[in-house]
Amino acid sequence: MRSRTVPGACRRALPAVLSVGVLALAACGSPAAGGGGGAGAAGTPRSGGTLTYAVGTDVLCADPQQAGNGDELAAARGLVDSLTAHDPDSGKQVPWLASSWEVGEGARSFTFHLRTGVTFSDGTPLDAQVVKGNFDNVAKLGAHAVQATSYLAGYRGTTVVDPQTVRIDFDQPNAKFLEGTSSPSLGLVATATLAKPAADRCSEGVIGSGPFTLERFTRNQQVVEVPRKDYAWAAANAAHQGPAYLSSLVFKVVPQDGVRSGGLRSGQFDAIGAVGPQDRQPLRAAGYQLLTRAVPGLVYSLNVNVSRPATADPAVRTALRLALDRQQIVDTVLGDGSKAATSVLASTTPGYTDLGPKLAADPAGAARLLDGAGWTKGPDGVRTKDGTRLSLVAVWFGGAGPVQTSLELAQQQLKSVGVELTLRPIAIAQAIATFKAGDYDLIDGQGSNADPDILRTYYNPQGLNVVRLPAGPLQDLLNSQATEADPAARAQQVGKAQQQLVDDGYAIPLYEATGVIGLAPRVHGVSFDAASRPQFHDAWLS
Amino acid sequence: MTRYLLRRLAHTAFVLWAAFTASFVLLFLLPGDPVATMVLGGGGSAALDGAQVAALRHAYGFDRPVPAQYLDRLLHALHGDFGSSVQSGERVGALIADALPQTAQLTGAALLLALLGGGALALAGAWTRSRRLARLLDAAPALGVSAPTFWTGLMLIQFVSFRLGLFPSVGAAGPAALVLPALTLALPAGAVLARVFTGSLRAALGEPYVTTARAKGATRARVYFGHALRNAAGAPLALLGLLVGELLAGSVVTETVFSRGGLGRVTASAVATQDIPVVQGLVVLGAAVFALANLAVDLAQPLVDPRLLVRTAAPRSVTA
Repeated sequence: MRSRTVPGACRRALPAVLSVGVLALAACGSPAAGGGGGAGAAGTPRSGGTLTYAVGTDVLCADPQQAGNGDELAAARGLVDSLTAHDPDSGKQVPWLASSWEVGEGARSFTFHLRTGVTFSDGTPLDAQVVKGNFDNVAKLGAHAVQATSYLAGYRGTTVVDPQTVRIDFDQPNAKFLEGTSSPSLGLVATATLAKPAADRCSEGVIGSGPFTLERFTRNQQVVEVPRKDYAWAAANAAHQGPAYLSSLVFKVVPQDGVRSGGLRSGQFDAIGAVGPQDRQPLRAAGYQLLTRAVPGLVYSLNVNVSRPATADPAVRTALRLALDRQQIVDTVLGDGSKAATSVLASTTPGYTDLGPKLAADPAGAARLLDGAGWTKGPDGVRTKDGTRLSLVAVWFGGAGPVQTSLELAQQQLKSVGVELTLRPIAIAQAIATFKAGDYDLIDGQGSNADPDILRTYYNPQGLNVVRLPAGPLQDLLNSQATEADPAARAQQVGKAQQQLVDDGYAIPLYEATGVIGLAPRVHGVSFDAASRPQFHDAWLS
Repeated sequence: MTRYLLRRLAHTAFVLWAAFTASFVLLFLLPGDPVATMVLGGGGSAALDGAQVAALRHAYGFDRPVPAQYLDRLLHALHGDFGSSVQSGERVGALIADALPQTAQLTGAALLLALLGGGALALAGAWTRSRRLARLLDAAPALGVSAPTFWTGLMLIQFVSFRLGLFPSVGAAGPAALVLPALTLALPAGAVLARVFTGSLRAALGEPYVTTARAKGATRARVYFGHALRNAAGAPLALLGLLVGELLAGSVVTETVFSRGGLGRVTASAVATQDIPVVQGLVVLGAAVFALANLAVDLAQPLVDPRLLVRTAAPRSVTA
């Protein structure tokens, strides 16, 4: 069979959420997600009705613990509950299936006291034993549950203290585990599901304690969920505790931006994810609600490979930071709802520090800095120093799309200060080979995560070390925040790390990844979780 | 006839092996590997280091010598076992069996539409006495061939689904959802058919036997449908085998635009993630469908045109 590439379509909607400190591709729109707070809170919720939500990326797996991209996670979110919830408004962990918890000294041990009266949809009760079964099982899922496994680094084991109390121990400090317990990746499933092979859990779905149960799953086409009538244990930050209002919730996979927005306007869908930049203003003007929220984690940054001759010069790195006009990129390329970066971390990430003033455009300052450092303009307008041309190669993953367009604009901005930028797209399958070769100066990427530990994943020299940073004080900061159990102390260390990344020019932040959801006027109560993914337990239709 | 069939089946087996081998070589020549895609494209923030990546590669056997991997895959493939998807862990056989019915529906409907539409266009073009209409009908196929499937699909969605609300724009629920994608896929195929059929119909109408039939007082309909049609049908029929392949390839675009499940979507996803086992399963399936469709066409040809049988039976009786 001949296979053709699909013009303009996301060739396999590559997961828009990225990982391992590697760059996501916003080529096909970022994962469905949206802005803080609920939509259309006015009025008294009424029950009934089907809400159809069209998402842009492939939904191949109906198991939250194995789900990879943001749309898979959003679809599986309603099937399971988590031990804790991360309240997007306060930024704090609040009770859910655990009514309280204690974090041991050094973030090595976590004790959870379970809520009583919770059952899975097969009638079995939630107890300490099934919680242990879940964590033991995730550790075994390994490669099938990349995201969930990443929260369990150094997992030693789970102890059933009493039927309602469970303790999880780690060999090494794991400060981000608590955040992990609020994610759908560590959502709890029933014993019957734990007994199934990983592939079956993907295709048949899981038995959870969530407000919805899986009615039908057609891989990569649709997920149909119906509410559980006896649900009464929503997270502490939910608008209501009881069963979901909708009589059914349908996720449809619709890869084309234009088909999603047209479908919303023609009433075929009630909500759509990953609203394209070109569709935002027209939708708003036509009376549709747009929810936007920055996706927590790493913003889109140009990360600098400091092992290359030109970028080894700190003056060059600082000049790059000053020469770029982020606001212009946001205004011309990204449109409504997107924001210029004000740190390496998105403003919705716990521990985010506002470094906005350092990221203001100052091309004149950049030129002065380069002049002072001995980089002089040649006849072709490109600076040179000791025979080295200030010509940089920037790579990114995922082909055409906003990332490429923003880089093309950055290329123009840098040209005006005498820096030549060559753009080279890379297929995600070539990623590891590219990292090994290291033949790039800048790498554009973003990483979604509701925990600042993604900084360590990305910038620790001991990881894949995509940006080839040397060992140093930054490394110590990144390692110590991962072991810090006190949130305030941890935030301070995370703040310092962000400062250092920007000051030393290892990362040149550009703009925040933004989740954008479009909603029909009759949709109310859809809100975003801390990871900027939509949640539908409180949703209702008027 | 039996010997002919056996020879053709042997050909088919060779084509399948060649497709299998070529896809294997191509996928291994590409830089990068499926494990990288899985680790990096798979999700949020997994922290896998080099050793973990190596362990994964080992678990899938990607660290073994390439010839050993090839022989192993080939032996299993001979038993119909293409292994498991690197992305989802599902068996390739199950994955394809899951997607096949939807694509079969889509391509089947498209083929039917292409035959009816293309045939009607060609007949109308040859039948009409208006020069202007004939020229218009002659030009129509060129338009159909040159309009990209992708664009046609989006236009149909925009006007027929969103504006008029006649058919759903996405999904595969019920026959109504089949109309627009089948139409989109049928358009280029029907256009090619119309073009070829128009040509062969015109040629047949210029043959001496048509003049003879007319001279004997046959009606226009009798001349067209009784004499010319059957003689002209060989060329478009020969094309059918090719069109089946064309439609399968077109399903990649059509299924994406119309958000349908099926082999096309599976293909797009497997190619993008270098999911070697899935791609190989699809390539072999595609080659098999293509080879069998052509075999079926070749076997059907003599039924339409018995002269072919005469030629095969007594090749020497026909001198150049």
